[in-house]
Amino acid sequence: MSLSSVLIANRGEIALRVVRACRELGIRSVAVYSDADAQAAHVRMADDAVHVGKSSASKSYLNEDAILEAARASGVDAVHPGYGFLSERPSFAAAVEEAGLTFVGPPSSVIATMGDKASARALARRAGVPVVPGSDEVASVEDALAAAEEVGYPVLVKASAGGGGRGIRPAASADELRTVVAEAQREAASAFGSDKVYLERALQGPKHVEVQVLADTHGGVVHCFERECSLQRRRQKILEEAPAPGLDPSVRASLCAAAVDLAREVGYVGAGTVEFLVEGSGDEGEFFFIEMNTRIQVEHPITEAVTGLDLVAEQLRVAGGAPLSVTQDDVVCRGASIEFRVNAEDPDQDFLPSPGEVTRLELPGGPGVRVDTALMAGDVVPPFYDSLVAKLAVWAPTREQALARGRRALAEYRVEGLPTTIGLHRRLLDHPAVVDGTYDITTLETWLAG
Amino acid sequence: MGSHTITSRTPGVFYHRPSPDAEPYVTEGASVAEGDTVGLVEVMKTFHEVKADAAGTVAKFLVENEDEVTIGQDLVELET
Repeated sequence: MSLSSVLIANRGEIALRVVRACRELGIRSVAVYSDADAQAAHVRMADDAVHVGKSSASKSYLNEDAILEAARASGVDAVHPGYGFLSERPSFAAAVEEAGLTFVGPPSSVIATMGDKASARALARRAGVPVVPGSDEVASVEDALAAAEEVGYPVLVKASAGGGGRGIRPAASADELRTVVAEAQREAASAFGSDKVYLERALQGPKHVEVQVLADTHGGVVHCFERECSLQRRRQKILEEAPAPGLDPSVRASLCAAAVDLAREVGYVGAGTVEFLVEGSGDEGEFFFIEMNTRIQVEHPITEAVTGLDLVAEQLRVAGGAPLSVTQDDVVCRGASIEFRVNAEDPDQDFLPSPGEVTRLELPGGPGVRVDTALMAGDVVPPFYDSLVAKLAVWAPTREQALARGRRALAEYRVEGLPTTIGLHRRLLDHPAVVDGTYDITTLETWLAG
Repeated sequence: MGSHTITSRTPGVFYHRPSPDAEPYVTEGASVAEGDTVGLVEVMKTFHEVKADAAGTVAKFLVENEDEVTIGQDLVELET
């Protein structure tokens, strides 16, 4: 019962990525689009396209009813949510299931469990996966102060229903914590509709390392090794690489095994990412589970580059009921890959979002270069959606060669008409900690501030 | 009595209020000082406050809540 047609509930480069996988598998692809995207690349390339609303995301790509109606009207048998938008909303996955369609992702109950930080942590503990030292949900300032004595300062106060780095506040002492907890509860109530917060130890200079997993409906679960994603600004990743440089082989093995254990424990299906913080280096490195992203990840191409797998094709096969095309022994990590996120932002103006029209475009090419882009010459980048407009990923047999290839490809990449982060990446590749792979989650912001 | 128009510095979506359940920043007839926030424009998932660049009384909103706006578009008319 493999899928015959799929509605892609997304836009931009990830919608194109899914269109491409569908075409290679002989699946009809149906795009959706807002007013602003009527001429967009994902609409041009899909087999069919359905208009779902006005330009603002809440009236189009985030409108569950409109997307479901488009799925019914176009007669598809599955919905691929991409990343962002509705991809991690349990209510949407449940509505797709209830409509008798296949959601390309895990069951809605799994999205709900992993989307709630407290239940995700509880599940990790059950699976024997280490979590960052932290507390249960705290109801009052007094509870928080008592919990912080156990957890140890400095702590982070986090909203249970938060995500994407939102709803997180640091406190270095009991005095700070008193103020911060009350603020965090108020903020969480208004931003996320729930005032539940909990505490977590603030790790010192950790690295963000995540593990790609794939699972099918026949009990097959594999990991596809790790990605190093520490180069972040305001908790948004900008450059990722695989494998993680400097990660001790024994730590890598434990990390990947922990991700598989977690995926099994929750009954995972499809492609997912288990995120960890790694503190310390060498075989002294300790890792802690932070969260699971129950969807395809922006940075999936670097895993595809080092493993040779097609992760989106695996998602579609699994959604059609087929077993994974590989066993764990088939998944081998070869060479090194780096991804550079091209955002329509101006790094010289504090990353001000910069929508506009692309007047001229030259894409890099040649050996080991992959560009996933929704940005083509003459296209307009609308102001309504995420600023990510393209991803450049390079692969080479060694990390040193991958860095050289990245420099070469970035030098070839030209976008005129609006500012992007391409120039920032060129400079970033000269940063000593990037060159030697010792950077951590504080490196990028420290460098930008200096 | 003169008039002054506050315009949008970026394209995006205009909001009258800081969050869907909150009170509007200002209503018609209210007086504002220079630098007061009169609305919000969302551009690429980031929010930018619209500040009054003159003091006066809010005569009229020229866009509705959640309207799509372009760079330089007139948003609020002040009596100065």
